[in-house]
Amino acid sequence: MLYISVPLGKLVRRVSRLRGGGSALPGLVVEKIDPGFMQRTLSTLPLGVAVVSGTNGKTTTTKMVVELLESQGLKVFTNRTGSNFTRGVAAALLGDVDWRGQLKADIAVLELDEAHAVHFVNKVPPRYSLLLNVLRDQLDRFGEIDKTAQLLQHIASKTTGTVVLNREDPRVARIADTLDGPEVRYFGLDDSLLSTFPNDDDLRAGPGSPVPAAPAKPHADVVLRRVGTDDADFEYDGATVTTGMKLRGVYNIFNAAAALVLARCIAGNGATPTDHDGLLKALSQVAPAFGRGESLVVDGLPLDLVLVKNPSGFRLGLKSFPAGGYATMVAINDNYADGRDMSWLWDVEFDSLREGGVDQLTGSRAYDMALRLQYDDVAIGAVNPEIAPALAAFIREAKGKPKRIFCTYTAMLAIRRELAKITTVEVVS
Amino acid sequence: MSKGTIRVLQLYPRDMNIYGDWGNALVLQQRLRWHGYTPELLEYNVGDEFPSGVDLIVGGGGQDSGQLVIQDDLLSRESTLKELAEAGTPMLLICGLYQLFGKFFKTRTGSVIPGIGVLDVETHGTDERLIGNVTVSSPEFGDILGYENHSGQTTLGPGVQPLGTTPKGTGNNSKDGQEGARYRNIVASYLHGSLLPKNPAIADFLIRTAVERKYGSFSPGAPDDRFAVLAREHAARRPR
Ligand SMILES: [Zn+2]
Repeated sequence: MLYISVPLGKLVRRVSRLRGGGSALPGLVVEKIDPGFMQRTLSTLPLGVAVVSGTNGKTTTTKMVVELLESQGLKVFTNRTGSNFTRGVAAALLGDVDWRGQLKADIAVLELDEAHAVHFVNKVPPRYSLLLNVLRDQLDRFGEIDKTAQLLQHIASKTTGTVVLNREDPRVARIADTLDGPEVRYFGLDDSLLSTFPNDDDLRAGPGSPVPAAPAKPHADVVLRRVGTDDADFEYDGATVTTGMKLRGVYNIFNAAAALVLARCIAGNGATPTDHDGLLKALSQVAPAFGRGESLVVDGLPLDLVLVKNPSGFRLGLKSFPAGGYATMVAINDNYADGRDMSWLWDVEFDSLREGGVDQLTGSRAYDMALRLQYDDVAIGAVNPEIAPALAAFIREAKGKPKRIFCTYTAMLAIRRELAKITTVEVVS
Repeated sequence: MSKGTIRVLQLYPRDMNIYGDWGNALVLQQRLRWHGYTPELLEYNVGDEFPSGVDLIVGGGGQDSGQLVIQDDLLSRESTLKELAEAGTPMLLICGLYQLFGKFFKTRTGSVIPGIGVLDVETHGTDERLIGNVTVSSPEFGDILGYENHSGQTTLGPGVQPLGTTPKGTGNNSKDGQEGARYRNIVASYLHGSLLPKNPAIADFLIRTAVERKYGSFSPGAPDDRFAVLAREHAARRPR
């Protein structure tokens, strides 16, 4: 059967491409004239749909799963993050289907924002879901983190095949108890690395509070055992393998363990036998997704952008990237995409920056950040809410030193734009 | 040399601190130092023995699930906390504990969670979540800046005064334009942000009251509030 919506949508897509427009319009057109388009097209995929959700690391993890599956010779359809999930997926599908509406892919791997989760999985029950974590983030959007946990639970309950859960995040691991349909698999962390992942419940458990006894942990398919400067050890199938890693930061590499579990499930259910060496090679090559933390070179020296958007992310960023020898800048915006509530800054400890101090503070909430650092006795070089002059001063004054900028999402985008203006930006990873 | 020691008690930090409430405890601790006093930070969690000689109390926001966890324990401490409040102990109560220090919280489904009745206020759960930046105009503390995030709506009885009115944001409820409650030396508020860092006037009120009650008089130091002033100016200009 030929649907008129597809040729029409593709036409709109071409026209809006020619005019330099975004992807929303063609998606909107198809959504309006053929509301069943997305559901119908995705349901034809031989290996179904896999969704990746959770507070931190969705974008990079989705990218990892896609690259791991491609290493197995699978053709993967995926989405790019956008403001409207369904419309974005519809637009991306339009780009990938032929004129008869056939999608030439084996599987779809989709990054699913918590806000769109319920609507989407009710329409398109995924065969696989990967649930990363539930952290305090943008409470102005979701209200409470228990609410976020419920959204992830709903994704899991609609999953028809396998649900992959973070064994170390109590709110995610607990989802297993509520499921009776899908198979459950876990990714996990070595005990020695657990302390680098405080969950939000431990944020402020003082020395006096007894830590509740940990219940026996279920078996995890892949366990991250060790993280080195540019390699990591993963344990699976009863053996430990060491692989080089381009990704930096323990939290990114933990999500690599998550991607590995999901990719192994999917590949294991495929027609051809799993190519384990291919998986590892692909894993070692994965780089962070755009706008999720990058290592650049400015004036011949590294400049790291570390995305921080919630207390756990900021704590992990500070732990993963020690301040010693680096010039440091912090850029905090409070635009809608960053979250407007600044309370989260008070759940992060900045003691690790005390020794070297912070050279520059910027962003619309630069003075909130200054105040926060003052209360942690961290010395501050300069404060300027305007990002362009602050960044220029930072690069000028920290000449000869490697640099690191902790930034919220919209601040990171602004910094990238400015960097491209003032210097040739060489992207390292 | 220290001018004296002030014992600051955090109420239920394990279950009720999730919206930056640590900021309030940290500010009290640091400002006590900056004023020349020695802070002693104590915690009270469910099942603990209640410490003696408490000079100042802070209680935090928490989520609905945290409120359920502490509810019974809090009720068992009703008389202790009432005595401390009536005797004039300074207290800062944010969001969840503001509600539970009131008479009751009636949920949307009609079930009633009893409070300890220190404050003459009652709270009703709603479907509407009140979220965003807030400016409170207070006769006592000037402009108070913060961020609200709650679905319980609180109304004040004749036994308490509002903390202030809300030229920006909602506050206690979506009807009367009032925010927070004042009773004896208690400051109760829905504002996170955290509240005390950007509102040092409230922090210093709590500290001064605690010191005067214990030592008769308060001799302030000179904390550097330049960043607080600038953070306030910038926060006041941000959208709701
Ligand atoms: Zn609240």
